[in-house]
Amino acid sequence: MPVATSPSGQKVWQRRTRDESLIRWAAWLVGTAIFLWCWKQISDATTWFFVWDAPAIAGDILERATPPRWSYMEKLWWPIWDTLNIATLGTLGALFLAVPVAFLAARNTTPSTRFIRPIALLIIVSTRSINSLIWALLLIAIIGPGVFAGVIAIAIRSVGFCAKLLYEAIEEIDRTQVEAVSATGASPMQVMAYGIVPQILPAFAGIAVFRWDINIRESTVLGLVGAGGIGLQLQASLNVLAWPQVSLILLVILFAVVISEWVSAKVRGAII
Amino acid sequence: MSAALDARLGRPWKKPPLIKRAWLRWTLAIGAVIYLILAIASIEVNWSRVWEGLDRGAAFIMSFTRPDFLTRWGDIWEGMLESVIMTVASSVVGIAISIPIGLGAARNIAPLPVYVVCRGIVALSRALQEVIVAILLVAIFGFGPLAGFLTLSFATIGFLSKLLAEDIESMDRVQAEAIRATGSSWMQWINYGVQPQVMPRLIGLSMYRLDINFRESAILGLVGAGGIGATLNTAFDRYEFDTAAAILLIIIGTVMALEYLSGVIRARVQ
Repeated sequence: MPVATSPSGQKVWQRRTRDESLIRWAAWLVGTAIFLWCWKQISDATTWFFVWDAPAIAGDILERATPPRWSYMEKLWWPIWDTLNIATLGTLGALFLAVPVAFLAARNTTPSTRFIRPIALLIIVSTRSINSLIWALLLIAIIGPGVFAGVIAIAIRSVGFCAKLLYEAIEEIDRTQVEAVSATGASPMQVMAYGIVPQILPAFAGIAVFRWDINIRESTVLGLVGAGGIGLQLQASLNVLAWPQVSLILLVILFAVVISEWVSAKVRGAII
Repeated sequence: MSAALDARLGRPWKKPPLIKRAWLRWTLAIGAVIYLILAIASIEVNWSRVWEGLDRGAAFIMSFTRPDFLTRWGDIWEGMLESVIMTVASSVVGIAISIPIGLGAARNIAPLPVYVVCRGIVALSRALQEVIVAILLVAIFGFGPLAGFLTLSFATIGFLSKLLAEDIESMDRVQAEAIRATGSSWMQWINYGVQPQVMPRLIGLSMYRLDINFRESAILGLVGAGGIGATLNTAFDRYEFDTAAAILLIIIGTVMALEYLSGVIRARVQ
């Protein structure tokens, strides 16, 4: 236990030894310096006049945005339906792609740990690290704007997430059940269907609903780059500075997010 | 019993259905089929456009084999630096703010009024999408990394405070009580009774959030909030797929490096 001696000769308990304290102090110093440098860069790139003006601007926008133009709602039903479809179909597509990837990535089901597993892991990491908006940008350049690009963007983006959680669930299954099924003389497909799948089914359903919830959020903004859904209306309203419409759309999005979170929590509670 | 057994003998075993109530099972199944038909029918796909685009898609995939880092290196470097700066600054500020809010949002530490206010902040921050917050902040503060920095800080608060509060709520009361029994002040109680219990998880979550913030900072540029997103958008708009491929490879590489780093750090503190 580190102990320091005070000038009067009394021993005082200390939490850390001298060397530990010095190292921690140096680490804090370096960290603070990095942060201050970063802040300096941001500050240099900012027009501070606009920032001092910001409260007035924010008040002005708020004043223009209230009350929301409720009559605009009739033009929003179709985009809302599109947004729901983008999220749902995208999630379904992602699950179709994620299942084989997860089985190839899990240590206990992959055909080859040396060659196939790294490829599956690469697919998981690369689809996960790129945001759905970027996938949408890319797909719009390739297959043109519209809901279809949004569905595919959401599907690709979700593959990594679903496959990662699913392969972790597969790696945690109980070996004895699998062995019991294979001891009856079951074929590999039967072992899969009766030994492995029932064990991961609850996790699978949980992942699907969880991702669907996230995808509802993501699909609301996909329209900003032209991939369909309510984001298109948001972009159009922002471009013409129609703040009452913007506030209505934001309310709708907020409502949709709350509903989807509630549904997902209910369903997960029922499954698990 | 034997009658039930006799009835089953000689008949093959059938897997029990996932949902016991037959009417619920059928309603869900039929509802799902109807929804899928309607949903797929309402998507308009311009197949000739898709067909035309396939060449471009192939060109894009091919460009991953020869990414062009050099032609626009100046722009890429500037954008990446701005993304990293926004990530670091917003993570530091976001974590610093979310610790007091996390303490306030834990029911076993905070009094009810503080708890309600802090939970409200968390709910608000979690419900608003980063991109939407960024649009509003760009409208208010003007273009540039400041809007992105504020957006990411705000999003960090919702994420970290919620998980920190949950961790504090599930901590071991006995240790905290022991510190309190020595006659400690409130600050000492938090510092020696609560903080050591939640620190490993807080560090792990902070690293994870740093990782998320970097990924998010890559898209904030699309709405004018600074970072690599603007460069990427321009590259796509000009069909410079080799530059776009280079940027995507850099993003993937950085995310992988960050994930590896956070894995090492989490393994060390836990």
